[in-house]
Amino acid sequence: MDFKNSDTVTGPRAEDHLPHTAQSAVKVVIVGGFGVGKTTMVGSVSEIRPLTTEETMTQAGVGVDDNYGSDTKTATTVAMDFGRISITDQLVLYLFGTPGQERFWFLWNGLFEGALGAVVLLDTRRLEVSFDVIGRLEERGVPFVVAVNDFPDAPRYSIDDMRSALDLTDEVPIVRCDARRRASSRDVLMTLMRFLHSIAMTSAPA
Amino acid sequence: MTPPKRQRRSPEAVPPEPSEPAGEQGEGSQPERLYIITGQGDDDGARASIDLVTLIVARAEPPPTTPPEQSAVIGLCTAPLSVAELSAYLDLPFSVMSVLLTELLAAELVQARAPIVRSALPDRSLLEAVMHGLQKL
Ligand SMILES: Nc1nc2c(ncn2[C@@H]2O[C@H](COP(=O)(O)OP(=O)(O)OP(=O)(O)O)[C@@H](O)[C@H]2O)c(=O)[nH]1
Ligand SMILES: [Mg+2]
Repeated sequence: MDFKNSDTVTGPRAEDHLPHTAQSAVKVVIVGGFGVGKTTMVGSVSEIRPLTTEETMTQAGVGVDDNYGSDTKTATTVAMDFGRISITDQLVLYLFGTPGQERFWFLWNGLFEGALGAVVLLDTRRLEVSFDVIGRLEERGVPFVVAVNDFPDAPRYSIDDMRSALDLTDEVPIVRCDARRRASSRDVLMTLMRFLHSIAMTSAPA
Repeated sequence: MTPPKRQRRSPEAVPPEPSEPAGEQGEGSQPERLYIITGQGDDDGARASIDLVTLIVARAEPPPTTPPEQSAVIGLCTAPLSVAELSAYLDLPFSVMSVLLTELLAAELVQARAPIVRSALPDRSLLEAVMHGLQKL
């Protein structure tokens, strides 16, 4: 293992330090296919420059498209971008962007555990990528909202058509967004929080 | 324009995985978790309690005998820092970070502040706090 020498480690900038009062963190996961805007969304709302944490997987779990004809085991590194929003002096929210394709699900084990909920970023040019993700979130009991990025060249479906295509009940919010805009990404997170809040209201004991 | 439609996966309707190259994995389609983990951190109980968003804070100056990688961790978390951030700054995968932190916790050189996790009954006041915080963005 080549650890970075402590002299070469660049830590957080002074303005990126959390206050000592920071007691606990919560996390939200942004999941979607390649190029759908995960990094953009994390970056547009994060108070720190988005960071990357990496995990290594061996070829067996990677799938055939990354195999360049070698029969030696190749390790592939999967990067997860994340950002941070300080909520109060005590509470911090972390946002993780993670690829949705099934072969990356090994990343999900520690990631979705304990997450408040998820945002499924939808690319209408490749809706199918999201099908498995949504199924998996349902199986895991992770509450989620769907955010549709408006790419100029993407087919534009009505919310109703998308709801029916994704086979989602009326409760699950589906919103359009522009991940490049902070206010728009913030609104998506707000939609998720309101949705979670409504779940809390309905499941609260009388 | 009509989009393609999702098929719900019912247990008996799961199609065979056509994309899976035959013979690679004996035990079905579940992707294997194959991290390369160095070090001895073998007590899963302690490691399982470390999350990507556990906040780590240094408790003490590293004693002179502290290995360099552990000193680097302590040096970074003089103020609270999440495991994810540590992993990013140190360029180490989460799995390796967990091992390091398990050792540092055992040596009482760092303190861990556990995350608030989603529970069966979500905490309304927590969600309200988050909404309030987002509003200020
Ligand atoms: N029009 C439009 N473009 C967007 C939006 N979000 C992202 N983009 C653009 O789409 C491209 C891909 O965005 P990324 O944020 O890198 O996507 P990603 O999901 O992180 O991609 P990978 O990590 O490569 O899978 C970039 O050029 C963005 O500027 C959006 O909401 N609207
Ligand atoms: Mg990205």
